[in-house]
Amino acid sequence: MTGPIPGGGGTILTPSSGRRSRILDVGEGRRAIAIAIVSSVLFFSAIGLVIVNSPGWPRFQASFLDAEVFAASWPRIASAFWVNIRLFLIAEVLILALGLVIAVMRSLPGPVFFPLRLLATAYVDLFRALPGVLVIFMLGFGIPALRIEGVPIDPFFWAVVALTLIYSAYVAEVYRAGIESIHPSQAAAARSLGLSQLQSMRHVVLPQAVRRVVPPLLNDFIGLQKDTALVGFLGVVEVLKAAQIRQSATFNFTPYLVTALLFVLLTIPMARFVDWLVARDQRRAAVGGR
Amino acid sequence: MRTPFRRASALAAILGLLVAACSGGASPSATTAPPTATASPSEAVSPSPTPDACAAENLETKTAGKLTIGTDNPAFPPYYAPREGGNTEPWDPEWGDPTTGEGFESAVAYAIAEHLGFAEDDVTWVVVPFANSFAPGPKDFDFDINQVTFNEERAQAADLSEGYYFGNQTVVVAEGSEFEGATTVSAFKSAKLGAQIGTTSLNAIEQVIQPTQEAGVYNTNDDAIEALGNGQVDGIVVDLPTAFFIVNVQTEGNVIVGQIGEAAGATPEHFSLVLELDSPLTDCVNQAIAALTDDGTIDDLIAEWLPDATVPELQP
Repeated sequence: MTGPIPGGGGTILTPSSGRRSRILDVGEGRRAIAIAIVSSVLFFSAIGLVIVNSPGWPRFQASFLDAEVFAASWPRIASAFWVNIRLFLIAEVLILALGLVIAVMRSLPGPVFFPLRLLATAYVDLFRALPGVLVIFMLGFGIPALRIEGVPIDPFFWAVVALTLIYSAYVAEVYRAGIESIHPSQAAAARSLGLSQLQSMRHVVLPQAVRRVVPPLLNDFIGLQKDTALVGFLGVVEVLKAAQIRQSATFNFTPYLVTALLFVLLTIPMARFVDWLVARDQRRAAVGGR
Repeated sequence: MRTPFRRASALAAILGLLVAACSGGASPSATTAPPTATASPSEAVSPSPTPDACAAENLETKTAGKLTIGTDNPAFPPYYAPREGGNTEPWDPEWGDPTTGEGFESAVAYAIAEHLGFAEDDVTWVVVPFANSFAPGPKDFDFDINQVTFNEERAQAADLSEGYYFGNQTVVVAEGSEFEGATTVSAFKSAKLGAQIGTTSLNAIEQVIQPTQEAGVYNTNDDAIEALGNGQVDGIVVDLPTAFFIVNVQTEGNVIVGQIGEAAGATPEHFSLVLELDSPLTDCVNQAIAALTDDGTIDDLIAEWLPDATVPELQP
């Protein structure tokens, strides 16, 4: 939908996917737009006035919106965020690979692959059941405590391992949903052309399946970004720990606001990127799958 | 206790007003009466100059007639001692039970309670996590005793009492570590050190030692000790009595290297009780601590419960 908007511009914003947004669709005509604007201004002004004039507002402002504390804590918290980003990027690559291996293991048909299916199912059940903090503690403090020669003791390393183990279980299920959404006739057709089971998975099923599950995959990665803060339990000063240090020194919650802001700034571009990917795929499908 | 007293003073105030009203009246005979009539109510209205202001029955405690004291759970030795035959709920069975009156802080708490005039049965204990104790806001304890080191920032959020123990931060390392023989804080420049979040121990690392590697910051001292045992940090910084407990009781194979005292550029530290900001009890608690210090009670308790081995001060 690139031409003029039908109906005299009743829709404020039209997503490129061609579907109208339910939130932004205010109806037809200039009158409708005017009403929408006036009602929005009145509504949000009223909420703003109520908040600013509420009895707790000055205290909230002093506790959460202290500009001095914000400026003082920003550099250290922002540099600690680099730990989270590194952790996230390394773990993400590993998760994409391990998750795919598990999903494929779980999707292999036939009695001969039963042990692999069993293993993959058990893995997914186990690591989706365990709380992340528990896995982090068990690996990050527990394994180094065994004092086995050659086993790393670096908490960052164990945080990568823990997050990879946990999130691979979720991501494997997302991949599996994608694989199962591909009609069996596709695999059957591939086999009839002489492709082996694995070849048909690799060249026919997976390329279609992965494309379908990109949005839920990225959804899991937003979860992963936030869970990188778990490494703080092992003593690593990541973004949340850095904020806690400032908070406990000042009794002011503004450092937490700094942290919240950093996570939001990281997540929103990713969410928009997913929207764009989905829209692009739909556009391509509409013009014949080029 | 509070209500009858209030009622009495209100009655006295009304009486006083009545008398004053009478004296403004026409009757000349009344002018001679007021001095005797007002004498007794004025005493009831302002009892504060008398020493009884800090007596148990006059203190505005959370629960009238009771003294509610906070500390963290587990309550660690040597500050708290386990109860023979098992700790009472909710105190961790492995460690101390504050209700015994044994262990340094439990004994100090009961000594203060006794000085204020509370019987042992009138003392109740509540669990208060370390960092919550001195955070701003209302408290559910009359005072908290949990090795809280005095500092200015904390003192702005809560009332901190006079010191009941004066000691420094110390560095604990593993036996055989390259840092075992260190005699200066600068020897730790290259070390990876650890401490509990929100403690003056962490301040000592960041402001006095200033190592080149970022400190490991743990949610509890136990996590820091775990990291020390795993070799994830070269050393940890804790209060002196805590250090003794770690090397003598809690773990094996660790040693105290030295104190981070004035010689190393640290400000002298002391433990304070924590009270709600502007608590009506603060003055009375301070008077109690001063009296118990002057008569030697606190020194006796230190001698009884805390190890007296000397630890060298680290040089700059």
